[in-house]
Amino acid sequence: MERRLLSGDEAVALAARDAGIALGTGYPGTPSTEILEAFGALGGRAQWAPNEKVALEVGLGAAYGGGRALVTMKHVGLNVAADPLFTAAYTGVTGALVVVSADDPGMASSQNEQDNRRYAIAAGLPMLSPADPQEAYDYLFRAIELSERWSLPVLFRMTTRVCHSKSLVTSRAAAETPRAPSFVRDIPGRVMVPAFARPAHKKLRAKLAEIAAFGETSDINTVTPGSPELGIITDGVCALHAAEASPGASFFKIGLVHPLPVERLRAFAAGVKRCLVIEEGDPVIADALRAAGIAVESKPEMFRFGELDVGRVRRILAGDLSTEPPLPKGKPPELCAACPYHPVYASLRKLDCIVAGDIGCYTLGVMEPYRAMDTCVAMGASIGVGLGLRHVLPPDQARRVVSIIGDSTFIHSGVSGIMEMVYNPPALGHVVIVLDNGITAMTGQQEHPGTGRTLEHEATGKVSIEGVARSMGIDTSILDPFADPAGFEKLLVEKLATPRLSMIVARRPCVLAAADIRGWEKAAEASRASSCAGCAVEDA
Amino acid sequence: MSDRVTNVILAGLGGQGVIKASDILADAAVRAGFDVKKAEVHGMSQRGGSVTSDVRFGQKVLSPMIPRGEADFLVVLAPSEVEVTRPLLRPGGLLLAPDFIPAAELTNQRSLNVALLGALSAHLDIPEGIFLEAVRAALAERLHAMNEQAFKLGRARAARTAAAAGVR
Repeated sequence: MERRLLSGDEAVALAARDAGIALGTGYPGTPSTEILEAFGALGGRAQWAPNEKVALEVGLGAAYGGGRALVTMKHVGLNVAADPLFTAAYTGVTGALVVVSADDPGMASSQNEQDNRRYAIAAGLPMLSPADPQEAYDYLFRAIELSERWSLPVLFRMTTRVCHSKSLVTSRAAAETPRAPSFVRDIPGRVMVPAFARPAHKKLRAKLAEIAAFGETSDINTVTPGSPELGIITDGVCALHAAEASPGASFFKIGLVHPLPVERLRAFAAGVKRCLVIEEGDPVIADALRAAGIAVESKPEMFRFGELDVGRVRRILAGDLSTEPPLPKGKPPELCAACPYHPVYASLRKLDCIVAGDIGCYTLGVMEPYRAMDTCVAMGASIGVGLGLRHVLPPDQARRVVSIIGDSTFIHSGVSGIMEMVYNPPALGHVVIVLDNGITAMTGQQEHPGTGRTLEHEATGKVSIEGVARSMGIDTSILDPFADPAGFEKLLVEKLATPRLSMIVARRPCVLAAADIRGWEKAAEASRASSCAGCAVEDA
Repeated sequence: MSDRVTNVILAGLGGQGVIKASDILADAAVRAGFDVKKAEVHGMSQRGGSVTSDVRFGQKVLSPMIPRGEADFLVVLAPSEVEVTRPLLRPGGLLLAPDFIPAAELTNQRSLNVALLGALSAHLDIPEGIFLEAVRAALAERLHAMNEQAFKLGRARAARTAAAAGVR
């Protein structure tokens, strides 16, 4: 048995390898990104999907086929994947499907701090919540067990501190060999027309009742007896903060956060004088217990915001509602000094454009000295939001509206916005700028379908951004804004002045990734040349 | 080995090697037989912004994060981050600021992180040999000599300072 210092993400990857996961897929998103990268490095079949919805669907297909599949994403990614998720709960799976969703309480690198434990309740799926890398490793096996036992997708909730903290992990000596995938026809179980979906919903609820009964006795939920004065109910990394803040208390640590082991929790709460729920984010556990008639104390509202830590747990225990000292204000992130996007933002600022922005490094164009972004909401939203602004604003404002989106974000969910633009064009036209630095830069330089290289940087089929736009009849120009800032500005002025639909692809490799991209592309070229010319895509 | 958990915060700006230094420290503590946890935030902070990394080691470590104001050691790589992070240090804790290592004595300024680790190592219950193993394990071979020199420079300065102040 080997003991190594691993992050939670690396631990999930190692468990995926050891459990014989047949396919890992996902979309990059802090803090989940490293799982698939590490799984690929360990020899697992890991691939990036264009977005989380597609990733979940690919994972679901693999699990329908009897394989063990792992799908990873950040918390907001599950919003994108929610549509297939909710109905996958009805269809269930043949093999195993584990869906990692990594929450970001405190928003270290996210646009919101939604609590994805709510998704387990809404979709009616079991959810595991590991506290540290060792549990991340162990729970992945348990998630697979649950998924196979009840033929259901299982949600795996991590948080920033579980994903990115490192601690010692002991791995299993022997890897598992799952049964080989093979198709089993089950039309009523898999085709969710209403006549089949109605019984499927009832079946799901019956499975959940069984899993709830399992949770009442399973050692995935653990009680550590301590003082009868204070009982703490907790999950995830909060269990560690709480154990440090109040070493003498009685603890109920929930590993299976949905469905909750309500009767065991009722008994635990009855056995202590004061029973407090310590949880990060929304009061999900506290609300569920109160709804079940269990008298528990929840954290004060001020602790819904941000992450918890030992100090904040001490405050909760003490009922201390005084103003917390502000977090150290360090230097904020900014566009790299040599970022190719500087001239783009300089022009947008100079021309006083109304900028519907999007998610990526380039969101930093909102910072000084440019302050050249007026909205940023969700992946791909720049295009729809820009169109909506164009539709209603008076002409002198409407003609200054620009949508700005990165290459990976465009592939993720910008394309449907372009279809909307073609179908419902604003009277004065519209201008979309695709900032194409040839990589998913913000999350640490991941590949995507537009790069033509796989997760492991090998040659594969390539989606052309300008090809997609031109196929929809969009007037598309390509240029390097860094090499020709004046040319970029001139082009932008020209496009803003016409009532046409235009796209400007501002293309230059990310300064942090350029050297790597050159290396990968050289290797990819060599492999393309050695395979049958022109058949590279079919071969890949 | 005492039962107390030792809390070290490393701070600086993205690209300075804060995370690398904390990886080396955590690895050295593992090699010395301690339970170790380390936590930092990735993502936005990598774009030239402030970076801090918490490393905790002892017989048994619970939370991966150092409670605010309870760091025993604060190692800072960027002058601009010293005042910002000072409140993280406990009263009586030790601050190792970048000016602790005279720039002129470093062969390469990129080794400041390892030089400050050397200074820190003089105060920790981890043998120098184990620390150097961790430094070598974390870096490409061509960087070994330069970083070992930086480590020893920092360690020697810390030993001199401690001797002068009459403390360990």
